[in-house]
Amino acid sequence: MRRNDFRARGHAGWLAFAVHRLTGVLLILFLPVHFWTLGLALNGEQALDGALRWYQMPIFKFGEWALVLCLALHMAGGLRLLWIEFAQWRGLRLRWIAVGSVLSLAVSLVFFANMLG
Amino acid sequence: MSASAQSENRLPSAGQPAADRPAGSAAAAIRGAKRWYWQRISAMAMALFVAVHLVVMIVAIRGGLTAAEILGRTRGSLAWGAFYGLFVALVAVHGSIGLRNVLAESTSLSERALSGICLAAGAVLLVMGLRAVAAVTLGGAA
Repeated sequence: MRRNDFRARGHAGWLAFAVHRLTGVLLILFLPVHFWTLGLALNGEQALDGALRWYQMPIFKFGEWALVLCLALHMAGGLRLLWIEFAQWRGLRLRWIAVGSVLSLAVSLVFFANMLG
Repeated sequence: MSASAQSENRLPSAGQPAADRPAGSAAAAIRGAKRWYWQRISAMAMALFVAVHLVVMIVAIRGGLTAAEILGRTRGSLAWGAFYGLFVALVAVHGSIGLRNVLAESTSLSERALSGICLAAGAVLLVMGLRAVAAVTLGGAA
């Protein structure tokens, strides 16, 4: 990596790009698994329940929380991008990254609390 | 500067043999603009769908997730069927274009290979997604 790249990347805007890209790739990898699981209902309620019981394991619970966080972050980042591209230009709007991240984390924590409670 | 850093900074489709670029750069640029447009349109629509999906998940996860609970909500429901069917169509468009963009920027695949992967990914998401929608709205009776 060139020295200049560190300066270009030590920036909230680059971090927002990286998070948007990472969450996007994770979500597209998750979707086939998600669709396959729901497709089990074609074989009846028990077939779907069988898979859902697997997902009660702690590692899957953590994964579910992480996926909700990914979805919320990707949505927040996407809304920021749409606003930058389509709305009238006003300042750098760096605060949006922080606000979007905090809101996404809050949504995912509400999900996590409901999952445990 | 390493070779990998150099290729990372390379613009998509630059430096490729002309034969690899279909129908000249103007047509390719128009296709790129159309992809950009469709990704943004699908994103705008999906913001609404994702918001609803997040709320449904937060409510549904309470007290654990069971097939009876999911199917009780969706089975035979035209409204949920239409909602998730449209959601799947949007995600197939949005996800496949997004994947194409990621691959274009991080690999040296040809335009043709990128488009092939993009179409295949979209088709897989669409077919698997619609199958899942059919499963939760029509299936589960057994």
